[in-house]
Amino acid sequence: MHRSLIWILIILMSVALYLVFIWSPIEKVMGNVQKIFYFHVGSAWVAFLAFGVVFVYSILFLMKRKRSYDMIAGISAEIGVLFTAIVLTTGPIWGRSAWNTWWTWEPRLTTTFILFFLYLAYIFIRRMDGAWEKKARLAAVFGIISFIDVPIVFMAIRWWNSKLHPIVFGDAPNQSGGGIEGEMLVTLLFCLGVITLLYIVLLQKGIYIERTKLAVENVKKNIQEKLMK
Amino acid sequence: MRDLIKSALAITWKDLYAEWRTKQVFSTMLIFSGLVIVTFSFAFDPTNNTIRAVIPGMIWVITIFAGILGLNRSFISEQYNDSLHGLIVSPIDPSSIYFGKFLSNFIIVLFVQMITIPLLFILFDYKMNGNILLFLLVLFLGSAGFICVGTFLAALSANSRSSEMLLPIILFPVISPIVIAAVQSTRILLIDVEEIESLFSWISLMAGYDLLFFVFCFFLFEFIMEV
Repeated sequence: MHRSLIWILIILMSVALYLVFIWSPIEKVMGNVQKIFYFHVGSAWVAFLAFGVVFVYSILFLMKRKRSYDMIAGISAEIGVLFTAIVLTTGPIWGRSAWNTWWTWEPRLTTTFILFFLYLAYIFIRRMDGAWEKKARLAAVFGIISFIDVPIVFMAIRWWNSKLHPIVFGDAPNQSGGGIEGEMLVTLLFCLGVITLLYIVLLQKGIYIERTKLAVENVKKNIQEKLMK
Repeated sequence: MRDLIKSALAITWKDLYAEWRTKQVFSTMLIFSGLVIVTFSFAFDPTNNTIRAVIPGMIWVITIFAGILGLNRSFISEQYNDSLHGLIVSPIDPSSIYFGKFLSNFIIVLFVQMITIPLLFILFDYKMNGNILLFLLVLFLGSAGFICVGTFLAALSANSRSSEMLLPIILFPVISPIVIAAVQSTRILLIDVEEIESLFSWISLMAGYDLLFFVFCFFLFEFIMEV
């Protein structure tokens, strides 16, 4: 199952690369740099998805206390932080040529930045000393708190305000730069799908690694007990 | 509900009384705030007129950095003689521990603010000419939100051996909305009085944040206090 998913992912990823770099038209104003948009948006979407998964599995863990729930939440947070880091690096590269500045304290950028720190903090809690039950419990509580915090952070920063991000989808009455070409939209949606698949594969891999770690620990413990006898 | 408040007030009273006898946290916070003010005077030229623009930020930087010192102590100090376990096994709702600790931390921070903010105004020769009642309201709401989340996360990080390092890292991102709202509304009150209409949306944001996080922390606290 996992192996076949990886193969599918490799094929689809090459198709996505083809679509992005060859098939989709070059944007008039921004030129080639605009291609980064497909991965930028895809990574942002997966980061939010991953943090949503952390939230759901944190609640599930507090209710059911199953170790696998805690595992999924932890791995999902790590993947989320990774993709947030991708968003935060691809963003400035694009922004440099589109807005002529590396960084601006605009709502979405700032929120993503704070999001990055929030889930780094979550990982810090998971790396705390002590028994796993305690760490899992505390991390789950923090996972819930931080997820609630995100919309408030966004709202607060939005009021603090400026408007550089164009509204790409839907009506954009006041802002220029709206709208998206058909082929670009297809490419974008395809990329979103592929990156989501990448997330699933990474999640599976992470769970596999965690399980292996646990198994190794158990074996070690058994050997120690045998030697003690 | 009545029992909950009663036991919470007992914990608050105990904390404040212990603080009254030792004055350890309070004096540390005060001295620290004084030092931060001195550092500010080196960082920003106090004879310059632009200093007015950074006063709102200074108020909240002082409050938050000094507050973290107190928050760190509030649960660590319970670990001597295992008093924290005593609190956990005592026949009270775990949420009342949270409520009690919240109140005591909040009162201490308000006292510190009562001294440091006038001191800041005096040392930087700042004449306050805004609405003082609204200013107090903003201070109240902002500190309440900060302490509400801070007390909760202090209890969380007290489980770790390196809690003094952990607390700021997990606290700052979560309180960022309250910091933005508090600094902006203070700025409006002290400097840009003409933007007074947007003050009320900031105040309602702070009030909403306080309420939401108080409720969530209140109910999630029992998960932190499990043994």
